[in-house]
Amino acid sequence: MTLLVERPGVVEEPGGPEHDHGPTGLLKWVTSTDHKVIGKSYLITSLVFFVLAGVMAVLMRTQLASPDNTVVSQHTYNELFTMHGSLMLYLFAGPFAFGGIANYIVPLQVGAPDMAFPRLNALSYWLYLGGGLTMIGGFLTVGGAADFGWVAYAPLSNAVNSPGAGPDMWIVSLILTGFSAIFTGVNICATVFYLRAPGMTMFRVPIFTWNMVVTGILILIAFPVLTAAMVMLWADRHLGTHIYTVSGGGVPVLWQNLFWFFGHPEVYILALPYFGMVTEIFPVFSRKPVFGYRGMVFATITIGALSTSVWAHHMFTTGVVLLPFFSLMSYLIAVPTGIKFFNWIGTMWRGSLKFDTPMLFSVGFLVVFLFGGVTGVFLASPPIDFATHDTYFVVAHFHEVLFGSAVFGGFAGLYYWYPKMFGRMLRESLGKASFWFMFVGFWVTFLPQYLLGLHGMPRRIAEYSASTGWTSLNRVSTVGAYLLFIAVAIMIVNVYVSWRRPIQASGNPWDGHTLEWATSSPPPHHNFYRLPPVRSERPLWDFNHPEHTTRKHEDLLAAEGKRGRRHAPGAHAGTDGGPADR
Amino acid sequence: MKSEARLLLVVSLFGAAIGALFWAVGLNPVYATITSGGTIMLGAVCLLGLLPGYYYHWWSRRMTPRAEDDPEATPESGAGVIGVFPGSSIWPFVLGLSALLVCLSLVFGFWTAIFGFSLALAAVVGVILESRRGGAI
Amino acid sequence: MRRGRVALALLGGALVLGGCKAPTFGAFRGATTQGRDEFKLWVGFVIAGLAVAAIVWGLIFWTVIRHRRRGSDAIPRQFHENVPLEIVYTALPFVIVLVLFYFTVITENRIDAVASTPSEVVHVLGFRWGWSFTYDSSDGRSQGVQIATAAQPTALAQAATSAQYPQLVLPVGETTRVVLTSADVIHGFYVPAFNFSRYAQPGVVNRFDFTPTTIGVFRGQCSQYCGLYHSEMLFSVKVVSRADFTHWLAAQQASQARSGSGATT
Repeated sequence: MTLLVERPGVVEEPGGPEHDHGPTGLLKWVTSTDHKVIGKSYLITSLVFFVLAGVMAVLMRTQLASPDNTVVSQHTYNELFTMHGSLMLYLFAGPFAFGGIANYIVPLQVGAPDMAFPRLNALSYWLYLGGGLTMIGGFLTVGGAADFGWVAYAPLSNAVNSPGAGPDMWIVSLILTGFSAIFTGVNICATVFYLRAPGMTMFRVPIFTWNMVVTGILILIAFPVLTAAMVMLWADRHLGTHIYTVSGGGVPVLWQNLFWFFGHPEVYILALPYFGMVTEIFPVFSRKPVFGYRGMVFATITIGALSTSVWAHHMFTTGVVLLPFFSLMSYLIAVPTGIKFFNWIGTMWRGSLKFDTPMLFSVGFLVVFLFGGVTGVFLASPPIDFATHDTYFVVAHFHEVLFGSAVFGGFAGLYYWYPKMFGRMLRESLGKASFWFMFVGFWVTFLPQYLLGLHGMPRRIAEYSASTGWTSLNRVSTVGAYLLFIAVAIMIVNVYVSWRRPIQASGNPWDGHTLEWATSSPPPHHNFYRLPPVRSERPLWDFNHPEHTTRKHEDLLAAEGKRGRRHAPGAHAGTDGGPADR
Repeated sequence: MKSEARLLLVVSLFGAAIGALFWAVGLNPVYATITSGGTIMLGAVCLLGLLPGYYYHWWSRRMTPRAEDDPEATPESGAGVIGVFPGSSIWPFVLGLSALLVCLSLVFGFWTAIFGFSLALAAVVGVILESRRGGAI
Repeated sequence: MRRGRVALALLGGALVLGGCKAPTFGAFRGATTQGRDEFKLWVGFVIAGLAVAAIVWGLIFWTVIRHRRRGSDAIPRQFHENVPLEIVYTALPFVIVLVLFYFTVITENRIDAVASTPSEVVHVLGFRWGWSFTYDSSDGRSQGVQIATAAQPTALAQAATSAQYPQLVLPVGETTRVVLTSADVIHGFYVPAFNFSRYAQPGVVNRFDFTPTTIGVFRGQCSQYCGLYHSEMLFSVKVVSRADFTHWLAAQQASQARSGSGATT
């Protein structure tokens, strides 16, 4: 049933407008357009893909623990790394961030009753689910799943070199999930542009929401290129076109150009939401505002913009790209990333730091991502890239940055917002245990891989000879992978325990600063019964701690000639009139 | 709406500037490389920011000021109807299913597309009627 | 404190005993002039990177330890920006990356530079799943000698120097031009000890020079995933003196003339 939604001007009774007897059970889920339901569906689905892809990783690491190993065949190994990468990048990291967390949290953070286009939101989820099942369905075909790497370089991915239905299902799955992402990007931008609470100017929007807006724009820039490249690949495979094959006058390198024009913004589409999540967590657990809000916004926009101009740094060894141009652009991206790092540290600096699980994972993200970022700067140098391209050095680098943001950052966000979404707390003890297994396991897995790459071990190899001397480093790395698996298992146990023996969560268990904490856990239908006044990027902090508002607010008061203490609105919450009430 | 306009116009400007730089650097015969693909894509980025960005820029001067653009706005000033938020609806699921079937025809043959297009038609009709009527079908 | 001094002494002793060579930070020193240029750049980058990492990690660990909440629920001072500081830590990294870029371009130009008259020319062809090296020189000395992978790999990977994988022989101290392309999909021509790799692509011919500095045998492997037996697409590079190279070439020409075929391993 369609509701015309009114934003409450006065305090309303809980219960709100009357609701019809809507559908129940499975039909209720299938017909839901509520961003909270859709967000949770995305979260659960993406975490299932995460665990599946993680199992694939453990299998790969088991295979590589010994030389000349035969745990899996070469063909199976090739399917495993293709599907591990594809599931993690296309079906977990992105959908978890923008379909799951952002879908749930962005409308709440801007004070909106739902996303701007609820039915489009639901469609996004069904496209994602359909696309995800299709990709996994590749394993059920005769020839097996796609096995050409998550990047599917031409001519390897054409009908001659990769025949069968598995690759086609992979292509189809990306067309579906691509449109899913595009629609979510539109939805997020529209929601933030059109549905903000009164007084919430763009420069008072929380940094997480800002990051999601830039992510949304990047999605609109990048995904259509991927979809076009996929359609052309399908045409080459089935319609006899020669877009990517030399024999018909095509250009194989075109695939790389198109794919990486999508692929590089894609990794920032994957990273920026998680940057945003930790940027929400640092202030709350330091009891201070974000340091350098405007710098953060500027840095996010700069990262987003620059990410569209660095794509060929994945192609330095092709011999046919403008090396200095892409090298310089890739170096430049380090600058706004550095700004963010210093701002995160500045947020914690001289704060009152409490290391609950979300904060632990956020600091873990900082430590891990720094090293990954530094090795990224190394890779921006073509000579160094010539020596390390397609080796385990690159594998270690991108796992540091992607795992650092999507998993450390993602788990931080999950632990932070789980109480809001599910109305119950996760156990601190299990959260901390999960963190330490993950942090130690991560370094044990990936530090040896840097060395392996430098010692000449290429990536995407199913086995290696004992004469290479790579065995011991590989063994250490495999042990680390098992530790990571334990970390994820502990997290799953934590979720299970929170369902069997729940600890009720209040509306604002962390003393959060932003609007999503200004309502119950979980929020009611259409999210808010009343909204606090918005005078800064921390409306709830200002409301709860009026003696500690940010200097911007004090400047505001001073500008109105009303220096001095501000009185808490108290019982008149929501009915704050004009200046006289201050 | 001015900040939103500026954000999108910055994206547009960046696409144009970097696209021009990329094209210009690629003209140097030292580089044995084709730059038409990258130039076109960066040009497209310029257009992607320009269309909504210029629209917002144009509209922000003509629209009635909104509560969310006013730093002094109070919760009252934004009170009232904000918009239409369709409640539960089966049609997104049907449309999603139809898209899946149409796309699977690329793998398994045109026959799934027949089901897909029929469902898509049903979904389009259903959504239009739902929007007009304001209720579920 | 005493333990610290002992550790330091041990470290110093290890360095002395180890010959006091500069650390490689895991990389190969480079067995070609191009590889050595890359190695020098690598060392510089690692030192810069470790310095940056040390500073930033240092700041993180300092604040994490120093600013922990201790007991009371006090709310700290709510500062939210420091524009001069922010400008400094924007400008400084900007300058640093420009410096990195400068050294990168210099090294890159040296590595990619191709001599006008190389002493040898080898056509390298990548294919699924092996390599063929066809020698070719303007004075006919090495005309037509071809070394190629014997058969499709079916066994698991052996040592790269074993007989089933082709060996590229190069004269030390001289510049060999490599002309690289592919017969089918994209392959990666990667010699770790040379700190170098380049794609072999259909429809594209890549040209680059190797100027080996060290006699020895070095492994090579395909680095760009190319399908089922990618892991077994190995080769080796043997660098020998000019005299040995001439002997080897003559022997190859003789045996290939006898057998009438171009491929031998």
